[in-house]
Amino acid sequence: MFGLTRKDSKLMLIVFGLVMLAPFILNPFPEGSAMAQFNAGYPDLMQRFVIFGIFAVGFNLLFGLTGYLSFGHAAFLGIGSYAAIWSMKLVTLNVIPGILVSIVVAGAFALVVGFVSLRRSGIYFSILTLAFAQMMFAMAYSVLTPITGGETGLQIKNTDTPLFGGPADGGIGRANLFGAEMGNSYELSLGNHLFTFNLGYYIAGVFLLIAFYVSIRIFRSPFGIMLRAVKSNQQRMNYTGLTPKRYTLSAFVISGMYAGLAGGLMVAMDTQVGPERMFWTASGEVVIMTILGGAGTLMGPVLGAGVIKYMENIISKINKDILHEWFAFMPDGFEDVIVALVYPFIGKGWHLTMGILFMMVVIFLPGGLVEGGQRIAKLFRRNKTSDTQDATSRTPAE
Amino acid sequence: MALLSVKGVNKRFGGLQALGDVNLDVMENTCHAIIGPNGAGKSTLLNVLVGKLIPDSGSVIFDGQSVLGRKPHQINQMGISRVFQTPEIFADLNVMENMLIPCFAKRDGAFRMHAFESVRHEKSMIKKAEAMLDEVNMLDKRDMQASAMSRGDKRRLEMAMCLVQEPRLLLLDEPTAGMARADTENTIELLKLIRKDRGVTMAIIEHDMNVVFSLADRITVLAQGTPLVEDTPDKIKGHPKVREAYLGEAPVEGVN
Repeated sequence: MFGLTRKDSKLMLIVFGLVMLAPFILNPFPEGSAMAQFNAGYPDLMQRFVIFGIFAVGFNLLFGLTGYLSFGHAAFLGIGSYAAIWSMKLVTLNVIPGILVSIVVAGAFALVVGFVSLRRSGIYFSILTLAFAQMMFAMAYSVLTPITGGETGLQIKNTDTPLFGGPADGGIGRANLFGAEMGNSYELSLGNHLFTFNLGYYIAGVFLLIAFYVSIRIFRSPFGIMLRAVKSNQQRMNYTGLTPKRYTLSAFVISGMYAGLAGGLMVAMDTQVGPERMFWTASGEVVIMTILGGAGTLMGPVLGAGVIKYMENIISKINKDILHEWFAFMPDGFEDVIVALVYPFIGKGWHLTMGILFMMVVIFLPGGLVEGGQRIAKLFRRNKTSDTQDATSRTPAE
Repeated sequence: MALLSVKGVNKRFGGLQALGDVNLDVMENTCHAIIGPNGAGKSTLLNVLVGKLIPDSGSVIFDGQSVLGRKPHQINQMGISRVFQTPEIFADLNVMENMLIPCFAKRDGAFRMHAFESVRHEKSMIKKAEAMLDEVNMLDKRDMQASAMSRGDKRRLEMAMCLVQEPRLLLLDEPTAGMARADTENTIELLKLIRKDRGVTMAIIEHDMNVVFSLADRITVLAQGTPLVEDTPDKIKGHPKVREAYLGEAPVEGVN
């Protein structure tokens, strides 16, 4: 299918199914039940799942394949966002041109940053990318306020006059797709269950599917082998008549374009941008997503992005009262002890849970959650002799 | 006709004259060995030939073109392949992928964005790689990860990776260093086979006299950065100057 092997087609279909059915899958608990806390099927969060999924898939093309650890990828996401919002301010509130512009502009910046940073490798490369990203953040935050809106960022105001169709009088402009607003949702009620189908989410979802498909094609291409060769042995590449640096730079630009796409989609969803999305912690987050899910694997980054965004938005919302409610069946004194024990790991303490999970994965599952899944799958079909797993889909990062 | 011609090459590292006025001609279809004691400048000379070092003066002409000032990947594209002392392969990749990389490099040049083609559709390249693997008796290992192989197999793979590019000149840097006896014998056999079947010109740097005398057509002895003698193996064996400078007075293994 579409030039993919059977195995890859299956993977593509699984991702397609997950994206299309996410409103059902993420909302398994009835409204108003105690477990409704864990429902993640609301538009805002679902959009974040796919957008950060795209970001991580692109980051993985650089880090997972070539082994070059960029610590400044959030800068390209931010640049994509600024480019998209300017396209909306100046040209049209339609999201499609905005997203295309964000990809192109982020790619151009990645070319410059990559060209300079790739003069070094290893930790020095990481530090150079970090330095670039922090410079861009600082400029967006202060020096370039006329362009970036400084600390407050940018929205579409009623003073903005795009060439084609401005915002309604007096209102704040919202991005749209040929008139349909991203916030439009269709709600489906089935018994106690409520499912929300949001236009913005599905648009972002289609972009995730395209991004994922391109990623599979790159993994399976001669170019993909060259990128893995960069990670494995640059000396041999040189003496085989190849230029590892140009291959790495291409991967850097491609992953920068993915980041730009993610940034453009963010603006498409809520029509605003602030400099904080370029901060270095945002760059660190995508590194953690990729490693948690499994660097160098196809599904890993998507999984990692999902797990982290889920924890950030769901675990962090559990508070003491909810804990008391859950453990109410216990004897009073005992209940307090349990709640006191669990409390540090929830609410604002979700970082603690996240950190422990991350450490466990790095120590016990160097191939990330994908490796965990493969080990479980192996347990189930131990008897089957033909273990023909594709080496490329499970080569973990160092 | 000389395929590779080194003329008046000098290279200094601070106070050390690593290469002093080296002249050397590697003839087409021969195996030319360069021997010499430690520190004689063998590796420096090799690094000049592959573009890793630039000499202070002199010229290196390969097939009518100067290689000086060219980068290693450009020199490879001219038709010079190098086998390293410790096998340099793509350890994280499997054997087939290791073989495909030089195939693509030969066909597509130093860089190509073939990001949307599929490796499994590259039928002619795969066929070429398979034929080469068959030639070095490694076809059964095609799906094995390269890092999991024995030292001897890694060497074999590295040579296959060089040969699949059909180089005009193959440079070998101590190809049997640190190998077990059996692996050394295997490597000699393999090199002989390559010489016979492919007629590829070779320049070999080697410590093991056994290897040198079983392969070389001509031998250059380097001492302190300068060629001492150049002659056929038979003449070199008995040459008094060589015995003095390199072999010492005592008989050496493999020389009798």
